[in-house]
Amino acid sequence: MGGADELDFLDRLKKFEGQPAATAGVGKDLVNEPMIRHWCEAMGDTHPAYTGPDAIAPPTMLQAWTMGGLSGHGDGTGRTSGYDELFELLDGAGFTSVVATDCEQEYVLDLRPGDRVTYDAVIETVSGRKTTKLGTGHFVTTRMDVRANGEPAGTHRFRILKYAPAASRSRGPAPAPAGEGAAAGPDRAPARALRPRPVVNRDNAGFWAGVAEHRLLVQRCTDCAELRFPWLPGCHACGSARWDTVEASGRGTVYSYVVMHHPPFPAFDPPYAVGLIELAEGVRIVSNVVGVAPDEVRIGMAVRLEFLRADDELELPVFRAEAS
Amino acid sequence: MKAGDELAPLEIPITRTLIVAGAVASRDYQDVHHDAVLAREKGSPDVFMNILTTNGLVGRYITDHFGPSARLRSVKIRLGAPNYPGDTMTLTGTVTAVEGEVAEVRVTGANGLGHHVTGTVRVAVPARSDSSEAS
Repeated sequence: MGGADELDFLDRLKKFEGQPAATAGVGKDLVNEPMIRHWCEAMGDTHPAYTGPDAIAPPTMLQAWTMGGLSGHGDGTGRTSGYDELFELLDGAGFTSVVATDCEQEYVLDLRPGDRVTYDAVIETVSGRKTTKLGTGHFVTTRMDVRANGEPAGTHRFRILKYAPAASRSRGPAPAPAGEGAAAGPDRAPARALRPRPVVNRDNAGFWAGVAEHRLLVQRCTDCAELRFPWLPGCHACGSARWDTVEASGRGTVYSYVVMHHPPFPAFDPPYAVGLIELAEGVRIVSNVVGVAPDEVRIGMAVRLEFLRADDELELPVFRAEAS
Repeated sequence: MKAGDELAPLEIPITRTLIVAGAVASRDYQDVHHDAVLAREKGSPDVFMNILTTNGLVGRYITDHFGPSARLRSVKIRLGAPNYPGDTMTLTGTVTAVEGEVAEVRVTGANGLGHHVTGTVRVAVPARSDSSEAS
């Protein structure tokens, strides 16, 4: 799960950008009345342009004419090995599921019964790793140029998410051979998800020791008396490495905030407010604002420190809105 | 037609039949669009509508509104909350621009979970010289 592995994986994905996804593909069926009629039946579409002797195909069928169908993308459909290799790479890294997210079509020529559909497609972009409600994965965008009897008929840009399902209950988490996989703690999937652990090191250990005693400690430079937060080895005002601490009074105001709606992460229950709290001492800290509906948090709102026991091993300073 | 015009909403019951019929009519045999057991194994609570069906429904909503002469020029959609069986999707639309005979419409399809689809459709609506044109 190292950052270097992830960058290397992304490098390999990015090499597919610009490569063909389909070359000289040929639609399995000529544009035809039965398929148009079945489409219109399914959609409940009774538009008169799609029936009768001078019928055109519903333009939104553009992609349907290029589909592999039950027999898949075999001979003649133009699917390139590059597209398959990209999918294999993503599958192998645990991103085994697929969902379509975007479809952008432009129509320049009516398709009519008897037309022969041909197409070429290119892999436009492969995104970095993204975490969505469904799970973590990569977006793949392709653009297809569709022709009718050799004439440009339309373009079809399509975006899918190849992802590792966030909560696959019936099966264990997908194996992650390349160190890739669901970003959110698959090792803890069966239990209730826990909030992320803080990284405690020698530069900030004093802060966490304070939290354990229910004291919010702010560093103070012993040379110039400047307060600083979060904890750092040196003074940003004078550069001195000497410091002591002062205990915050716990009073503060909301300096700024966001309300998190999406994406949801394990152990967090959106919507919730993340505030930048200005302490009475003058420094600012990022924390949750509690005791008030997220949409009622306001800049300038008075808040008071309290400690939240998140689980058996973790306590966190949070800020409760004060009754106004 | 002019910018700011609102289209009458269209309610579409999301039935299992619609999901499967749409998937098959669009030649999409991904199991999550017809096999609830396999859909659940993949982490989805049920089968769900494929993007091609959503695309077709959005196109239908627009041409239903603008009438027999309407021709779609582009349909650009983004999916959000899935359409599962038993839900209802309500399509709404607002004309955002008109240029000559082409209108641009902002479309939203909301279901019980949130926005299933948001998108923009451009549609040409040629003025008809004779409204009693043979049909």
